Amino acid sequence: MSMEGHHPAPISPVEQRVAALEELLTERGLVPEGFVEEITRRYESEIGPMNGAKVVARAWVDPEFKERLLADGTASIAELGFGGPEGDHMVVVENTEAVHNVVVCTLCSCYPWPVLGLPPAWYKDPPYRARMVREPRALLAEMGCRLPDDADIRVWDSSAEVRYLVLPQRPRGTEGMTETELAGLVTRDSMIGVARL
Amino acid sequence: MDGIHDLGGMQGFGRVDHSPAEPAFPHRWQAVARALLLVVAGAVEASGGEFRHSIERMEPGHYLTSSYYEHWLTAAATLAVEHGLMTRTELEARAGGRFPLSGPVLAPPVGDAGPDVGEPRFGPGDRIRVRERHPPGHTRCPGYVRGKAGVVVRVDGIHSVPDVEAHTAARRREPTYSVRFDAADLWQDSQRGVSVHVDLWDSYLERS
Repeated sequence: MSMEGHHPAPISPVEQRVAALEELLTERGLVPEGFVEEITRRYESEIGPMNGAKVVARAWVDPEFKERLLADGTASIAELGFGGPEGDHMVVVENTEAVHNVVVCTLCSCYPWPVLGLPPAWYKDPPYRARMVREPRALLAEMGCRLPDDADIRVWDSSAEVRYLVLPQRPRGTEGMTETELAGLVTRDSMIGVARL
Repeated sequence: MDGIHDLGGMQGFGRVDHSPAEPAFPHRWQAVARALLLVVAGAVEASGGEFRHSIERMEPGHYLTSSYYEHWLTAAATLAVEHGLMTRTELEARAGGRFPLSGPVLAPPVGDAGPDVGEPRFGPGDRIRVRERHPPGHTRCPGYVRGKAGVVVRVDGIHSVPDVEAHTAARRREPTYSVRFDAADLWQDSQRGVSVHVDLWDSYLERS
């Protein structure tokens, strides 16, 4: 009789290393009870692109908020209750018909956590980091982001303390939608700048 | 250091493995790695610069073939060993095998952090050139803009210099600027209408 399906999956080398470090730190009393669960909950339900989407939708319906947002990203985002690590110095850059903005971190994985959450794997992997500053027009096209041929592209390499959020253009035909409905249209990729809505 | 992390402009990597959405932690060990990094960074009071440098010192082959969660794990373990919380022998005994850590710090100790720069030397519209430096320690000046001319577009306040904070408890503070470079000038090609903005500390720059 096969026991297949009854064995737990074999533990991978990286899992063994994580377990080793966790044990040694726990024995030294450095890991608070429930800390991993707390971290998981925080990153899975408190921070993420749903926060950035609310900022974008507010900017679409409230011209005065949009003006403040583009002038002082950190303070304006805080009006909606978002802030904290990796969001202390926010700059918001606006997409138009003529200008497309896109964000990268060539040196590591800097990303605006309070409004977008943890970065996706591809944002941290070498191809994106290497290519977005060198051939953004080709890479955006390859990623399915269609731009007018004559649109200017502005790439923002978050190499210091500022974290960037792209303000995508409001899609046509959304005039009757509520702020909440509009937030539902805003994707993570549109706020990184690798997609348009 | 001129390390593997400084990826801007490198060629040969191929397509971006894009996904439109993914869970924050596809596997539980990734959440544990994130939590343990926070534990270690707090326990040893690592600055952002010291933390980032502990990833940059990873062996290049390991860096390129491991996920960013594994980078965080490697950074956490490296900092824990370097600050005496545990030994590599203990880690390898518990892991039941090899536990690769990052390589040693190559930079000499920082004796004097140097004077703060309290006022911006440049303002929007000023033309600057990035100094051509190759420090053996941590820096946030990407290789692809060194020696290049650009235009300041924004001044972003005064911040601790990573090159200093990565290597000593002392701090030097300087303004940072967002600097616009023309992509065709950076890469000596024919692309048009593309600018790349890089955020740089005052001491990375000289007037052009």
